Amino acid sequence: MPRSLTIAEFIEQIPALRAGDDLLLTGTLFTARDAAHKRLAQLINDKQPLPLPLANAVVYYCGPAPARPGDAVGPCGPTTSARMDPFTPLLLSQGVRATIGKGKRSASVTDACRTHQAVYCVVTGGVAALLSRKVKHSEIVAFADLGPEAIWRLDVVDFPVTVALDSQGNSVFDLVTKQ
Amino acid sequence: MRIIPAAKITETVARLCQQANYFLPRDVQEALSKAFQKEESPRARGILTQISDNARVARERSIALCQDTGIAEIFVNIGQDVHIEGDVLADAVNKGVALGYTHGYLRTSIVADPLERVNTNDNTPAQITVTMVPGDRLEITVLPKGGGTENASALRMFPPSAGWPNIVEFVLETVREKGINSCPPLIVGVGIGGSFTSVAKVAKTALVREIGSVASDAAYATRERELLDAINALQIGPMGLGGRTTALAVHIEHAPCHIACLPVAVAMHCHVMRRMTETI
Repeated sequence: MPRSLTIAEFIEQIPALRAGDDLLLTGTLFTARDAAHKRLAQLINDKQPLPLPLANAVVYYCGPAPARPGDAVGPCGPTTSARMDPFTPLLLSQGVRATIGKGKRSASVTDACRTHQAVYCVVTGGVAALLSRKVKHSEIVAFADLGPEAIWRLDVVDFPVTVALDSQGNSVFDLVTKQ
Repeated sequence: MRIIPAAKITETVARLCQQANYFLPRDVQEALSKAFQKEESPRARGILTQISDNARVARERSIALCQDTGIAEIFVNIGQDVHIEGDVLADAVNKGVALGYTHGYLRTSIVADPLERVNTNDNTPAQITVTMVPGDRLEITVLPKGGGTENASALRMFPPSAGWPNIVEFVLETVREKGINSCPPLIVGVGIGGSFTSVAKVAKTALVREIGSVASDAAYATRERELLDAINALQIGPMGLGGRTTALAVHIEHAPCHIACLPVAVAMHCHVMRRMTETI
């Protein structure tokens, strides 16, 4: 059975979370994909102010589709996390505690999760319509000019994720291979 | 000769772009429910249940199945007795894509320049493949192709000394290395033969076939079964989290090729195997 956690509880419990744990998250996620990561990395490297606080943030690799009038958000499933690997250690060093996406990560992300006591979670890809029903509110918080690649704040309820990389360096994908 | 107004093509493409993105085809839904029956892993069964719930939510609310509503791959089979009046075909199709995506709450995922990377904001241009066929009809297939599945696809030019076992190894290697990022359960389109240019098109054409259909050539039909079994033996499972269902289908299409070449392309597709066809 998945455990229900608020984002604050989730962050607090990171050291105890293990690869393979199923969770239902309630709280705020910030979306970011390729173009937003590139901009954030540039701002961090140039020591410029950031458009959102990264301390204790949960970053969701997602570029939602447009919402129909009356819907809180458009379809919003995960994109491939590996494309964000080059930027992830930098973001974790700035206080991001969890990332959410789909697929495997590089060894440097595994190391960075251990160093910064962070986790990486996966969510089922290609079920974006279903996931949009877990979002109660959304708004663009940065880089609106990027269109679908803007950074969105998503307020989610019972958002279903599985811990894929824990802060000890265990991977759910290795567990599957070993079975 | 039969005259088809370009506006009719635009209107049809717009409608197909939306329907393809909202409705998971029946053959795909059936293949997914068969896969569910065979799965023992609770995690795999849970993911397959989410996939079937997702198809219901998207259908009921007329919203996209996946936020990645794809690059619009459009296959047009034109009867040679058809005359298109008005816009040239590519313009008629692209107008339809722009209309369908911007009015259908579909994500626009195309950048005008691969290095400058500024979004065109209407999902154009589409990838259009035109084939001349006999008759006076015009058949349009829209296949919205997600970026993750494109990145997981592969092409290799083998020497003719290579054979079927090398092709099997290449397909398995592609699935092992990149399959997870293509949202399994997969549909794997394999193109064998043609040229560097055409082999990828051959592989993509294979994706258009319904799940459950077999290659028209019996030897290739046998190879499809062999590959499907080999891929599912990898136990990658739904979303790479383990299970019996790594692929729902393998479709192979082949074409004549040069005496020096054996081109092979693997067109990967996710479980959201969207495609919609209409004949004008």
